[in-house]
This record gives sequence, structure tokens and C-alpha cells, in this order.
Amino acid sequence: MGFRQTSVWHNVDWITIVLYLAILIVGWGCVYSAGYNFDNASIFDLDQRFGKQLIWIGICIITAMALLLIDSDFYQYFSYFIYATIILILIATIFLAEDVKGSRSWLTLGPLTVQPAEFAKFATALALATFMNSYNFKLFSLKNSLATGAIILLPMVLILLQKETGSALVFSAFLLVLYREGMSGMILYSGLLAVTIFILSIKFGGIMISDTTSFGEVSIVVLTLLSGIVMLWMYQPTKGKIRVLLLKIISFFTVVTFVLALTPLKISYAFPGYICIFICAIILLYYALLDKIHDFALIGLLMAGSIAFMFSVNYLFYNVLQPHQRIRIEVLLGLKEDLNGAGYNVNQSKIAIGSGGITGKGFLNGTQTKLKYVPEQDTDFIFCTVGEEKGFIGVSIVLGLYLVLLLRLIALAERQRYSFGRIYGYSVVSILFFHITVNVGMVIGLLPVIGIPLPLLSYGGSSLWAFTILLFIFLSIDAQTKPSY
Amino acid sequence: MRPNELINRRTVFQTAVVLVFIILLAQLFYLQVLRNDYKKYADSNAFLNRTIYPSRGMIYDRTGKLLVYNRPAYDIIIIMNEIEPFDTLDFCNTIHITKQQFINRIIEIKDRRKNPGYSSYTQQILYTQVSAEEYGILQEKLYKFPGFYVQSRTIREYGDSIGAHFLGDIGEVNKRDIENDNYYVSGDYSGRSGIEKSYEEVLRGEKGVEIMLRDAHGRLKGRYENGIHDKEARAGKNLHLSIDSELQRYGELLMKNKTGSIVAIDPETGGILCLVSSPTYNPNLLIGRLRGKNHVELSKDPKKPLFNRALMAQYPPGSTFKPAQSLVFLQEGAITPSTSFYCWGKGGHPACHAHASPISLIPALATSCNVFPYFALRIVFGNKTKYPTIQDAMDSWRDYMVSMGFGYTLGVDLPGEKRGLIPNSRFYDKIYGTNGWKYNTIYSISIGQGEVNLTPIQIANLAAQISNRGWYYPPHIVKEVEQGQLDSIYTHKRHTLIDSKYYDAIIQGMHGAVNEGTCRGAQIDSINVCGKTGTAQNRGEDHSIFMGFAPMEKARIAISVYVENGGFGARWAVPIGGLMMEKYLKGKIPENRKWVEDKMINGTVKVYGL
Repeated sequence: MGFRQTSVWHNVDWITIVLYLAILIVGWGCVYSAGYNFDNASIFDLDQRFGKQLIWIGICIITAMALLLIDSDFYQYFSYFIYATIILILIATIFLAEDVKGSRSWLTLGPLTVQPAEFAKFATALALATFMNSYNFKLFSLKNSLATGAIILLPMVLILLQKETGSALVFSAFLLVLYREGMSGMILYSGLLAVTIFILSIKFGGIMISDTTSFGEVSIVVLTLLSGIVMLWMYQPTKGKIRVLLLKIISFFTVVTFVLALTPLKISYAFPGYICIFICAIILLYYALLDKIHDFALIGLLMAGSIAFMFSVNYLFYNVLQPHQRIRIEVLLGLKEDLNGAGYNVNQSKIAIGSGGITGKGFLNGTQTKLKYVPEQDTDFIFCTVGEEKGFIGVSIVLGLYLVLLLRLIALAERQRYSFGRIYGYSVVSILFFHITVNVGMVIGLLPVIGIPLPLLSYGGSSLWAFTILLFIFLSIDAQTKPSY
Repeated sequence: MRPNELINRRTVFQTAVVLVFIILLAQLFYLQVLRNDYKKYADSNAFLNRTIYPSRGMIYDRTGKLLVYNRPAYDIIIIMNEIEPFDTLDFCNTIHITKQQFINRIIEIKDRRKNPGYSSYTQQILYTQVSAEEYGILQEKLYKFPGFYVQSRTIREYGDSIGAHFLGDIGEVNKRDIENDNYYVSGDYSGRSGIEKSYEEVLRGEKGVEIMLRDAHGRLKGRYENGIHDKEARAGKNLHLSIDSELQRYGELLMKNKTGSIVAIDPETGGILCLVSSPTYNPNLLIGRLRGKNHVELSKDPKKPLFNRALMAQYPPGSTFKPAQSLVFLQEGAITPSTSFYCWGKGGHPACHAHASPISLIPALATSCNVFPYFALRIVFGNKTKYPTIQDAMDSWRDYMVSMGFGYTLGVDLPGEKRGLIPNSRFYDKIYGTNGWKYNTIYSISIGQGEVNLTPIQIANLAAQISNRGWYYPPHIVKEVEQGQLDSIYTHKRHTLIDSKYYDAIIQGMHGAVNEGTCRGAQIDSINVCGKTGTAQNRGEDHSIFMGFAPMEKARIAISVYVENGGFGARWAVPIGGLMMEKYLKGKIPENRKWVEDKMINGTVKVYGL
């Protein structure tokens, strides 16, 4: 055992640890600054959040050391057990948790309040890695893909039931892991396409280019046809004949559209496009059956599905989404200006960041964050403090630290000898990537407000602890399986 | 799955991560570097600039008596976005306005055309100059009106209720003031007339600012960086006037129920001793919230009490112009003091009064002979070697007049001074054509009639420069700016184009006029007084004019009195001028002259057309 212990310290990836500590230190500075009051300034007041955060940092470092010392086989061996335990806790949370601002996700354990959803991430990652590492696992078998989906969806649904939409959405980051493990890129692409169609029809659905045609419709038709052709070319480059056939059909309907535009008929100009897409889809499905190429079927379904989705966007937007979610999206897309309501947070956060300029106002000199103009300034909107006090230079450094960390973790994941380590590693990367993108994107007004913390930077024991566990399990696996002799 | 495709996916993954970070940084670059309006939003968010108003400079008379001072008043300030529903009626009753007035005022504040600097986040002045009583009651209730604040300010009080025309008043700045001078914001006050206007920048001082931090709920969180960016208010400078408030009050009393003006100057310094314009008004009418209403009433009064006749009325000077003319005759060598002319008396043109004939300069001045200047100026204009054309003669004459302070403003430190009219050759060329006029066309300028117009202060200044034998300081009302400097134009002597040796004869003549001539009513016991009457023809009764100075040896006071439609100079202007000089030089009017004083004070002169 003595040999193993020394080798862990020898083999562990110090680059990641240094990055981890650097981000922790920056984070503590931000929490301190965000909680700093112009009136009273006592630095190590444990009643203040920055004092508490300091305790959490201590706990995290001890936890990290413990995790590095645990045999990496332990994680794989106990992964289902850990997963099952967390699932049970998540179920219990739905019933036990008190209602905090509409969400039932916080459990009170004596002096501590923890959010089990944070810990579900590493548990799911472990379970997923173990399952996909198992003998005879094939992502393409129906049984396996259903089981994989279930492992991801189960915690996601439970967290949604706790009304923590943001945390639930994080689990969609596992799609990136599946992509790396061989899932068709078309699934990611269809997700991207769905988001684009959603935005186009909400934002441009009302902008008319003629009495009967909206700019939204036309742009979606064009996008769908382009996507189909490009995918055919990417996935079946040898089937030039079918591609040419589809291009001919498309050209024909393009001409039909222009002729239609010249007649006084009160029909949407997008209508020939719908027929065209329908015909293309039929042809693709026909060849899929004929030649047994299911890429054709997928592309055909994607094209038909795009149009179907387009027609259901309005229903989705007005009937499925909650009013507060709807207004967040409308504000983001610039359809509504609601600076005192839904748009307040983002507007204030943009003011705080924008007013930082290139060099920032200096540590503890941020007025917007100190004077509480930015809400949740030490948790979800912590990035504002960096932006206001450290300016563009500061945010570049912080984002730089994250980027280097992510690229380093990708490199570590790729060097794993077993797919267990690689899958777990990519899970870590994907979850961190999702958190950073969504959090920073929200704070700077690129994404709708989704309340998830910025990893290792935001105040909050649960999140800090959970991210530390997530990361250090991977470092432990990496250190102990790395070929060091 | 082909292995090379999986390696490819690693690259796709890495590329996607880098790409997303580039997008995030690009947006941050846009927000932080390219857009620069966020800084402004942040400042207006977090900083509440509290204006500290300086106290306006006070105004004293020449003896150190306080004429204008400050009294506390209260402005009600609102910050629109802090207002919550409140009992409007209660608020309106407290400050004695109607609900409709309140609503109109709110609309006015929000109108960016009238109030360019409007923002719902900054302080706006709702009402100014609420009385101390109203303030007291409002202060008790202020907690019921979130978003309302009271700011203390001072307003003017004019202790003696005299000198309304030169003291002036202050009023709320208008849109143009705000555009012209970025010192002002809507709701500020600035001088609108008189000294308050001409010395605005000295009197107003400098506003200070206290930068307070304000949190998202509008609560004040103390001073920004302990107040190192604050600016202290600098109080306005005090002014000491050359005005003698006793003389001013006496002048206003004498001019009661008459229209016209009295201007007295200290010839040694150019300081104005009194500046009476009648009818006048109580300067305290134009302070506080009643200013607007009273101002409208005063401006509608057909007697035009707001019109400062001493500086703005342009009258024919009549015979008071003759001493100035006589100086030109002597300087031009057209006459010597012993030159005599035959006067034809009443029958000729111009007509004259009964006096000895032929007559020389000194008695001609004493008796105000009209024929003497007619002949003498004809000699000047007739000097063909010096002035080949009448235009040359005319312009030379104009230059003499301008050197005496006529035809242009004197540069008095009060707003609205008029320049009067001294015609030049172009003026007559325009009327009559280049060859269409000769001396006989324009001779009436020699007796102060015709086209010539002077302001009362120009006449008083003529008296001052004669007593000084050829120089004067531009008349000015402010003697001293505390911790400041007087404009240098008031400390530079201006010389006339007349040699000082020629003045003795003129002074002799003016002394003669008081001793045995037309202005015997201006005599003062044991003091040699010099004077000159004037009677200016116009529609209705003639204007009664007097110009003089005393003592003759070294004058301490030079004066002009102008009583519109007062008839002969000797009837009103001379006795008033005499009383004024006596009051100033001796401090009181002796018993044997009280009857004159009573007659003047109680006399009424009707103005033509009213």
C-alpha cells in the first residue's frame, strides 16, 4: 500500500490541481468582494458568506485528498450503489424539502443545507461510465441505448419534479459524452436545428414578407433543405445520384415559388417548400428501404420533423412553457423590453460587466455588485463581480483558466486506458462545459436566464463540494491507471 | 465505428469548446470594450449626486448697510421612480396647491422638451420656495410620501425695499439658460435683472456636490469613497455698492408721483450714488412663489414701473447739452470766453428768452441762451479749411460727443443700458441725401434738440466729467467685490477730446446759472453749486431737466434729474437736484428749505397720454 500512496502523489495531474486551486482562489475573492459591504469590512467573519465559503474550501481540499487516496476500482465497483442512493435521496427530497422560492431541492441536515441534485451529476457520470464500460455494451443496440437514456433521464426527471429546471437541463450535457462514444452527430445536430427553428419561428414568425408569408417560415424551409443536402453529402458522399435528384426537385420548387410570388394567389410562399420537403422525405425513406441505408431514413425524418416541429413551436411556447420562462426567452430574443421585471437581472448584470471596461474598477470597488443592483451576485451572477472589478482582462483570465482546465481534462480523458475512465472524464468535461457556457452566456445576455452556478467560483457549499468530488474522482482514476512505469 | 472517426470526434469536441469560449469572449469584448454607455448607466444607478447650494452673495451699500440678503426657503424634490402610491390630496393640501396643479406640474417635469435633463432616476424639482410653515408640516409627513425630498435653499430678501431697478431679482432659469450655461439645471435660480443679473456669476458662487451611494432599493449607503470626490459648495461673493441707500431712498421719495429719473455719480470714482427710476416698485414683490404673478401685473402697468428709465430712457437732453457744445466751440477755436453774439430774443429762430445782448459764453450758459450756440456751432461747421465738407464737420462733432460718453453705452455694470443717439454724417445723408442738408438743417443739435438723444446716466456722466475738467470713470454701481476684482474698465480714466483748460469757463457759466441764472433753485448755503437746466420739447408738456455738480471746487456729487412732462427745468428738476445734492453733502435739509422739499414730495406730474 505504501507504494501506491506515493505513486498517487507522483502520478496525479498537478496541472489540473493548480488550475483547480487557482479558480478556487479567484472564486473566494469574488465571493468576498460580492459580500463586502462598504459600511463594515471584517475579513474573516464566519457569519458572512465569504467566511463560510472559506470553510467549504477547507472541506473540499480534505475531500479531494481523500478521493485521491481511494482505490479507483472502488468507484467502478460502487457506482451503481452510489447512483441508487442518490436516486433515493432525490426522491426523498421531493417530499422532504421545504419550498424555497418555488423549488423543493434543499435538504436541511442539522446546520447544513445541501442540494442533492448537485451530487446526482457525479453519481450519474459514474453509473453511465460503468454501464458503458460493461462487457458487450453496444450503444447501437436498442436495449443498451434505452438503458443509457434511462440512466440519464431518471435523475433529470426527479430534479425537474423538484422544480430545478436549470439543474435538470445540465444532464443534457451527457449527450456530448454519448457523441464522443459514437452516437450519431445527427442527434446533436437535430437538437441544434430544433433550437434554431424555435428561435426563428418565435423571433421572425411575426415578421411578414408578404400578406401570407412570414420571414420565419421561409428561413426555416431554406434551413431544412440546406441541412438535408449537406447531411446527404457528409454521411453518404458516394450516393451522388440521389443528391442530384433531390437538388432537381428543390430547384423545381424554387421556380414554383417565384412563379407563385408573381400571381395574386393568397398562399404562403413557403407552401411549395413544404411540399418539396415532404417529397424529399418520401424519396429518402423509399431509398432507405430499398438500399437498407438508415442514414437516408434519418435525414428524411429530420427534414419532415423540422417542419412538424415548426408547426408545434407556438403550442410549445404558449402552452408548455411557464409564463416566467416564456418571458425570459422573449426578453433574450429582444421581443420584449422588461427592464424592471424579467429583463432586470440581465440588464443589471450587463451594466455591471459593461461598466468594468478593459481594466475594471478595482477589487472591492464595484458599485453595481456591492449595492445589490445585480441579484444573486455571489451565486449565479458571480461572474459580474469579475467583470465589473477586473474588467475585460479579468474575465479573459478567468475564462482562460476554465478553457485550459477543459482542454486539459479532454487530454486526460483521451489518455485513459479503459473506456470507464474516458467516459467518466468526458462526463466531467461535458458537465463543466455546460455549466460554464450556460452560466456565463446567461450573465452576458446570450442565453436565457437559467439558474445554475459557475463551477468552483459561485458561492455555495453543495455546488463547490459536488464539483470537487466530480473532478477529483476523475483525477484519482487518472492517477491510478496512468502508465507510470 | 471506425477508430479514426472517434479521434476526429475528439477534435470536434475540442473545437466546439474553443469556439464557445471565443463567442463568450467576443460578447464580453463588445460589452466591456466596444460599448461605453454601460459606465454611464452604472453611475446613474449607483451614484446619487446631491447638490449643495451655495449661499448667494449679499449686497451692501457704500456705508456697509445690508441691502440684499438670504432667507431660507425649501424646495420639494422628487425622484419619479421611487414614488409609490400616496395620498395626493393630503400632499397637495400641505403645500397649498390643487391636485390639478400637481398633475400639470408632473406632466411638465416629464416633458423632455421643457426639461431636457429629465430622468426618472434623478432628482427633479417639484416645487420651489415652499414657506417655512409649509415645510414644517410637510417634514412631519414626509415618510408618507416615498420619493419626495425637501432641499433647503435660500431666497432673496430686499431689506430696504428700495432700488428695485438696480438690485434686480432672481428667477427660475429657463431652457435657454440651461443650454447656454451648463452650470444650471432645471429648477435653479439665476439673476433676471439688475445687479442680480449682471453680477450673476459672482453672486451665485459654485454649487457643491455630495456623491452618495444608492443601493438597488434606493437606500443611501453613505458617501462614495468617503467623500473624496465630493465638491464643497463655494458661497457667492458679497458686493459693496457705491450706492448711498439714504440718498436713494430720498430720491425715490422726491420722485413719487412723477415719472423720470435721478442719477447721481461720485465724479472722483465714477461710482453711482443713486439711481432712481420712477415709478418704481417694491423689490420684495418679485421673490418667492408670487414672483410670476406680480411680474405679470407690473409688466402690464401702463406706467411701466419695470422700465429702468435711468439707463434705458432715451430723451432729448435739451439745454443740458449746451455745456458740452460750448466745450467743442472753445476747443475748435470758434470762440473765446470773451466772444459775444447778438441775440435776437423771442422773435428769431431759434427763439430765446429775455436777457442782455450781445452776450458772451459765461452769461449765455447762465441764462441758457439758444442763439449763442447756434452761432458758435455755425462757425465750427463753417471752417472750410478744416472741414471741406459738412460731412467732415459733422463727424468731427460726433467724435467729440462720443468722447464725452454719448452715442454709445457707457458700460454701466447693469443690464439693459441704452446708447442714446448722436447723429453722424451718414445719418443725415440717409435722410436728406448727400447734398441735401446744410448747417441750418441740423442746427438744433447745438441746443440738445432734434435727433440727439441721451440717457439720464449719460447726462449725469456729463456733469461728472465737467467737474473733473475732462475725464471720467465709466459709471458703475458696484464699488467692491469681496475677494474679487472690479472690471478694469471702471478703473481706467477716459479723457474727452477737450483740453482741461477750456472747462473753467464752462464751470463758471454753470455756477452762474445756479447763482443768478436759470437754476437758482439749486443753491445750497455755503457750497458753490454748478448746474444747468434743460427743457426739452416733446409731445405734451416739456420735460423738466437738471444737470449739476457740487462743490464747484472739487465735486463730490454730479447729478442729472429728468422729470417727464415737468415743464421748465426750474420747476421740478432744479429743486429736486438741489435737494438731492444738499442731502448728500450736508446729510439733511435745513428748515428754511423744508417747504421746497414738501412741495417736491407732494407734487404730482401727470405724464402725457396717461
